[in-house]
Amino acid sequence: MRSLKFFIVILIIFNFNLVHAKTKNLDEKITKNLRCLICQGQSVHDSDSEFAISLKTLVKKKLNEGDSEEEIYNYLKDKYGEWILYDPGFSKNTYFLWLLPLLMFLIGGAIILKLFIYKKN
Amino acid sequence: MKTKIFPILLIIIISVIFVIFYKGLQNSNVYEPQIGNQKNIPVFVAKAFETEEIFKSEDIFEGDKFYLMNIWSSWCAPCRDEHKFLLNLSNQKNLKIVGLNYKDKKKNAINFLDELSNPYDFIFSDTDGTIAIEWGAYGVPESFLVYENKIIKKIIGPIDQNSLLEIKELIQ
Repeated sequence: MRSLKFFIVILIIFNFNLVHAKTKNLDEKITKNLRCLICQGQSVHDSDSEFAISLKTLVKKKLNEGDSEEEIYNYLKDKYGEWILYDPGFSKNTYFLWLLPLLMFLIGGAIILKLFIYKKN
Repeated sequence: MKTKIFPILLIIIISVIFVIFYKGLQNSNVYEPQIGNQKNIPVFVAKAFETEEIFKSEDIFEGDKFYLMNIWSSWCAPCRDEHKFLLNLSNQKNLKIVGLNYKDKKKNAINFLDELSNPYDFIFSDTDGTIAIEWGAYGVPESFLVYENKIIKKIIGPIDQNSLLEIKELIQ
Protein backbone atom coordinates (compact mmCIF):
# COMPACT_ATOMS: atom_id res chain seq x y z
CA MET A 1 0.00 0.00 0.00
CA ARG A 2 2.78 2.37 0.91
CA SER A 3 4.70 1.52 -2.16
CA LEU A 4 1.57 2.11 -4.21
CA LYS A 5 1.21 5.63 -2.79
CA PHE A 6 4.85 6.26 -3.43
CA PHE A 7 4.43 5.04 -6.96
CA ILE A 8 1.44 7.33 -7.54
CA VAL A 9 3.32 10.36 -6.23
CA ILE A 10 6.25 9.60 -8.49
CA LEU A 11 3.86 9.17 -11.40
CA ILE A 12 2.23 12.56 -10.74
CA ILE A 13 5.58 14.29 -10.54
CA PHE A 14 6.66 12.80 -13.82
CA ASN A 15 3.40 13.79 -15.44
CA PHE A 16 3.87 17.39 -14.36
CA ASN A 17 7.25 17.31 -16.04
CA LEU A 18 5.66 15.95 -19.14
CA VAL A 19 3.09 18.74 -19.28
CA HIS A 20 5.78 21.34 -18.93
CA ALA A 21 8.01 19.73 -21.52
CA LYS A 22 5.15 19.67 -23.98
CA THR A 23 4.45 23.40 -23.82
CA LYS A 24 8.15 24.17 -23.99
CA ASN A 25 8.51 22.08 -27.08
CA LEU A 26 5.45 23.62 -28.66
CA ASP A 27 6.75 27.17 -28.53
CA GLU A 28 10.09 25.96 -29.86
CA LYS A 29 8.30 24.12 -32.61
CA ILE A 30 6.33 27.22 -33.57
CA THR A 31 9.27 29.62 -33.53
CA LYS A 32 11.36 27.18 -35.58
CA ASN A 33 8.67 27.28 -38.23
CA LEU A 34 8.68 31.09 -38.40
CA ARG A 35 10.94 32.94 -40.77
CA CYS A 36 12.76 35.87 -39.26
CA LEU A 37 11.80 38.61 -41.69
CA ILE A 38 14.70 40.94 -41.10
CA CYS A 39 17.43 38.32 -40.94
CA GLN A 40 16.50 36.07 -43.80
CA GLY A 41 17.79 32.54 -43.89
CA GLN A 42 17.25 32.15 -40.18
CA SER A 43 14.26 31.02 -38.22
CA VAL A 44 12.86 33.15 -35.44
CA HIS A 45 14.05 30.51 -33.00
CA ASP A 46 17.69 30.83 -34.10
CA SER A 47 17.77 34.59 -34.40
CA ASP A 48 18.55 37.11 -31.72
CA SER A 49 17.38 40.19 -33.60
CA GLU A 50 14.97 42.55 -31.86
CA PHE A 51 12.19 41.40 -34.14
CA ALA A 52 12.77 37.73 -33.36
CA ILE A 53 13.01 38.32 -29.63
CA SER A 54 9.67 40.14 -29.66
CA LEU A 55 8.11 37.42 -31.74
CA LYS A 56 9.31 34.75 -29.33
CA THR A 57 7.79 36.69 -26.43
CA LEU A 58 4.55 37.04 -28.36
CA VAL A 59 4.34 33.33 -29.14
CA LYS A 60 4.85 32.50 -25.47
CA LYS A 61 2.22 35.04 -24.49
CA LYS A 62 -0.28 33.63 -26.96
CA LEU A 63 0.35 30.07 -25.79
CA ASN A 64 -0.22 31.14 -22.20
CA GLU A 65 -3.49 32.74 -23.26
CA GLY A 66 -4.50 29.34 -24.59
CA ASP A 67 -4.15 29.90 -28.33
CA SER A 68 -3.46 26.84 -30.43
CA GLU A 69 -0.56 26.46 -32.82
CA GLU A 70 -2.90 26.92 -35.77
CA GLU A 71 -4.35 30.13 -34.33
CA ILE A 72 -0.89 31.61 -33.86
CA TYR A 73 0.07 30.79 -37.46
CA ASN A 74 -3.13 32.32 -38.76
CA TYR A 75 -2.61 35.41 -36.65
CA LEU A 76 0.90 35.95 -37.97
CA LYS A 77 -0.11 35.09 -41.52
CA ASP A 78 -2.70 37.83 -41.29
CA LYS A 79 -0.08 40.33 -40.14
CA TYR A 80 2.89 39.40 -42.30
CA GLY A 81 1.61 37.10 -45.03
CA GLU A 82 2.32 33.46 -45.88
CA TRP A 83 6.04 34.25 -46.23
CA ILE A 84 6.56 34.15 -42.49
CA LEU A 85 5.82 30.42 -42.38
CA TYR A 86 8.57 27.97 -43.31
CA ASP A 87 5.97 25.28 -43.71
CA PRO A 88 3.40 26.80 -46.03
CA GLY A 89 -0.09 25.41 -46.36
CA PHE A 90 -1.41 23.63 -49.42
CA SER A 91 -2.58 26.36 -51.80
CA LYS A 92 -2.49 27.13 -55.50
CA ASN A 93 0.95 28.68 -55.11
CA THR A 94 2.44 25.75 -53.26
CA TYR A 95 0.77 22.66 -54.72
CA PHE A 96 3.76 21.98 -56.94
CA LEU A 97 6.09 22.23 -53.98
CA TRP A 98 4.09 19.60 -52.17
CA LEU A 99 3.64 17.32 -55.15
CA LEU A 100 7.23 17.57 -56.40
CA PRO A 101 8.66 14.81 -54.17
CA LEU A 102 5.87 12.49 -55.22
CA LEU A 103 6.49 13.35 -58.85
CA MET A 104 10.21 12.76 -58.46
CA PHE A 105 9.50 9.42 -56.86
CA LEU A 106 7.27 8.40 -59.75
CA ILE A 107 9.77 9.49 -62.39
CA GLY A 108 12.59 7.76 -60.56
CA GLY A 109 10.49 4.64 -60.22
CA ALA A 110 9.68 4.71 -63.92
CA ILE A 111 13.36 5.04 -64.84
CA ILE A 112 14.33 2.15 -62.60
CA LEU A 113 11.50 0.06 -63.98
CA LYS A 114 12.60 0.76 -67.51
CA LEU A 115 16.30 0.15 -66.95
CA PHE A 116 16.13 -3.01 -64.92
CA ILE A 117 12.88 -4.75 -65.56
CA TYR A 118 11.98 -4.05 -69.17
CA LYS A 119 15.57 -4.59 -70.28
CA LYS A 120 15.48 -8.16 -69.08
CA ASN A 121 12.50 -9.00 -71.24
CA MET B 1 5.43 1.03 -78.54
CA LYS B 2 6.78 0.94 -75.02
CA THR B 3 9.97 2.67 -76.06
CA LYS B 4 8.06 5.56 -77.64
CA ILE B 5 5.76 6.35 -74.73
CA PHE B 6 8.59 6.69 -72.31
CA PRO B 7 10.60 9.50 -74.00
CA ILE B 8 7.41 11.43 -74.72
CA LEU B 9 6.34 11.20 -71.10
CA LEU B 10 9.78 12.27 -69.97
CA ILE B 11 9.77 15.31 -72.25
CA ILE B 12 6.31 16.34 -71.06
CA ILE B 13 7.27 16.04 -67.42
CA ILE B 14 10.54 17.91 -67.88
CA SER B 15 8.86 20.71 -69.79
CA VAL B 16 6.17 21.04 -67.11
CA ILE B 17 8.87 21.26 -64.45
CA PHE B 18 10.78 23.77 -66.57
CA VAL B 19 7.75 26.02 -67.03
CA ILE B 20 6.93 25.98 -63.34
CA PHE B 21 10.49 26.73 -62.27
CA TYR B 22 10.76 29.42 -64.94
CA LYS B 23 7.64 31.06 -63.58
CA GLY B 24 9.04 30.67 -60.09
CA LEU B 25 12.11 32.68 -61.11
CA GLN B 26 9.95 35.75 -61.40
CA ASN B 27 8.60 35.42 -57.88
CA SER B 28 10.49 37.51 -55.41
CA ASN B 29 12.13 35.56 -52.64
CA VAL B 30 12.79 38.60 -50.53
CA TYR B 31 10.21 39.61 -48.00
CA GLU B 32 8.15 42.49 -49.27
CA PRO B 33 5.72 43.89 -46.77
CA GLN B 34 2.27 44.29 -48.19
CA ILE B 35 1.80 47.97 -48.73
CA GLY B 36 -1.41 49.47 -49.96
CA ASN B 37 -4.07 47.08 -48.77
CA GLN B 38 -6.17 48.81 -46.19
CA LYS B 39 -6.19 46.85 -42.99
CA ASN B 40 -7.96 47.67 -39.79
CA ILE B 41 -5.70 48.89 -37.05
CA PRO B 42 -5.12 46.34 -34.31
CA VAL B 43 -6.90 46.56 -30.99
CA PHE B 44 -4.37 46.63 -28.21
CA VAL B 45 -3.80 47.73 -24.65
CA ALA B 46 -0.59 49.56 -23.79
CA LYS B 47 1.03 51.77 -21.22
CA ALA B 48 1.30 55.47 -21.85
CA PHE B 49 4.92 56.53 -22.08
CA GLU B 50 4.87 59.40 -19.61
CA THR B 51 2.29 58.46 -17.01
CA GLU B 52 2.47 54.66 -17.37
CA GLU B 53 -1.30 54.58 -17.24
CA ILE B 54 -2.91 51.83 -19.26
CA PHE B 55 -4.70 52.93 -22.41
CA LYS B 56 -6.78 51.06 -24.94
CA SER B 57 -6.15 51.73 -28.60
CA GLU B 58 -9.74 52.86 -29.13
CA ASP B 59 -9.29 55.60 -26.53
CA ILE B 60 -6.66 57.19 -28.73
CA PHE B 61 -7.72 56.49 -32.30
CA GLU B 62 -10.95 58.24 -33.18
CA GLY B 63 -12.78 57.54 -36.40
CA ASP B 64 -12.82 60.74 -38.35
CA LYS B 65 -9.30 62.00 -37.80
CA PHE B 66 -5.94 61.36 -39.38
CA TYR B 67 -3.29 59.77 -37.21
CA LEU B 68 0.32 58.99 -37.88
CA MET B 69 1.45 56.05 -35.83
CA ASN B 70 5.22 56.23 -35.64
CA ILE B 71 7.36 53.49 -34.14
CA TRP B 72 10.57 54.96 -32.78
CA SER B 73 13.36 54.38 -30.36
CA SER B 74 16.21 56.44 -28.96
CA TRP B 75 18.77 53.83 -30.01
CA CYS B 76 17.68 53.87 -33.62
CA ALA B 77 19.80 56.12 -35.81
CA PRO B 78 17.35 56.49 -38.74
CA CYS B 79 14.77 57.73 -36.20
CA ARG B 80 17.02 60.70 -35.64
CA ASP B 81 17.03 61.43 -39.37
CA GLU B 82 13.27 61.31 -39.71
CA HIS B 83 12.67 63.43 -36.63
CA LYS B 84 12.74 66.75 -38.47
CA PHE B 85 10.03 65.47 -40.82
CA LEU B 86 7.90 64.44 -37.85
CA LEU B 87 8.35 67.90 -36.38
CA ASN B 88 7.26 69.36 -39.69
CA LEU B 89 4.16 67.12 -39.69
CA SER B 90 3.32 68.03 -36.11
CA ASN B 91 2.43 71.52 -37.40
CA GLN B 92 -0.39 70.03 -39.47
CA LYS B 93 -3.66 70.80 -37.71
CA ASN B 94 -5.63 67.82 -38.98
CA LEU B 95 -3.00 65.21 -38.16
CA LYS B 96 -2.20 63.74 -34.78
CA ILE B 97 1.08 61.96 -34.33
CA VAL B 98 1.04 58.95 -32.04
CA GLY B 99 4.37 57.48 -31.06
CA LEU B 100 5.18 53.93 -30.08
CA ASN B 101 8.38 53.84 -28.10
CA TYR B 102 9.91 50.52 -29.12
CA LYS B 103 12.08 48.56 -26.67
CA ASP B 104 13.63 51.62 -25.14
CA LYS B 105 14.88 52.81 -21.79
CA LYS B 106 12.63 55.55 -20.55
CA LYS B 107 15.51 57.77 -19.54
CA ASN B 108 17.16 57.57 -22.95
CA ALA B 109 13.86 58.20 -24.68
CA ILE B 110 13.22 61.31 -22.59
CA ASN B 111 16.72 62.58 -23.38
CA PHE B 112 16.09 61.94 -27.06
CA LEU B 113 12.88 64.00 -26.97
CA ASP B 114 14.50 66.78 -24.91
CA GLU B 115 17.32 67.04 -27.39
CA LEU B 116 15.27 66.97 -30.59
CA SER B 117 11.92 68.20 -29.16
CA ASN B 118 8.71 66.24 -29.07
CA PRO B 119 6.47 65.98 -32.14
CA TYR B 120 4.09 63.45 -30.61
CA ASP B 121 0.58 64.13 -29.35
CA PHE B 122 0.58 60.85 -27.49
CA ILE B 123 3.16 58.15 -26.88
CA PHE B 124 2.60 54.50 -26.08
CA SER B 125 5.44 52.47 -24.70
CA ASP B 126 6.19 49.01 -25.99
CA THR B 127 8.84 47.48 -23.80
CA ASP B 128 8.84 43.96 -25.24
CA GLY B 129 8.05 44.78 -28.87
CA THR B 130 4.81 42.82 -29.02
CA ILE B 131 2.63 45.81 -29.89
CA ALA B 132 4.80 46.55 -32.91
CA ILE B 133 4.08 42.99 -34.04
CA GLU B 134 0.34 43.60 -33.59
CA TRP B 135 0.78 46.39 -36.12
CA GLY B 136 2.65 44.08 -38.47
CA ALA B 137 5.81 46.11 -38.16
CA TYR B 138 9.18 44.51 -38.45
CA GLY B 139 11.58 47.11 -37.22
CA VAL B 140 12.16 50.71 -36.33
CA PRO B 141 11.36 53.22 -37.67
CA GLU B 142 8.06 52.47 -39.26
CA SER B 143 5.00 54.69 -39.69
CA PHE B 144 1.36 54.07 -40.39
CA LEU B 145 -1.11 56.67 -41.58
CA VAL B 146 -4.47 55.88 -40.03
CA TYR B 147 -7.91 57.15 -41.01
CA GLU B 148 -11.24 55.77 -39.82
CA ASN B 149 -9.40 53.00 -37.99
CA LYS B 150 -7.80 51.79 -41.20
CA ILE B 151 -4.16 51.89 -42.19
CA ILE B 152 -4.18 53.90 -45.38
CA LYS B 153 -0.43 54.14 -45.80
CA LYS B 154 2.53 52.31 -44.42
CA ILE B 155 6.03 53.75 -44.49
CA ILE B 156 8.79 51.29 -43.78
CA GLY B 157 12.01 52.89 -42.71
CA PRO B 158 12.49 56.58 -42.01
CA ILE B 159 10.15 59.22 -43.37
CA ASP B 160 11.86 61.26 -46.09
CA GLN B 161 10.99 64.29 -48.17
CA ASN B 162 8.92 62.23 -50.62
CA SER B 163 6.86 60.42 -48.02
CA LEU B 164 6.37 63.72 -46.18
CA LEU B 165 4.80 65.25 -49.29
CA GLU B 166 2.73 62.11 -49.86
CA ILE B 167 1.36 62.24 -46.32
CA LYS B 168 0.54 65.92 -46.67
CA GLU B 169 -1.31 65.19 -49.88
CA LEU B 170 -3.24 62.31 -48.34
CA ILE B 171 -4.48 64.31 -45.37
CA GLN B 172 -5.76 67.20 -47.45
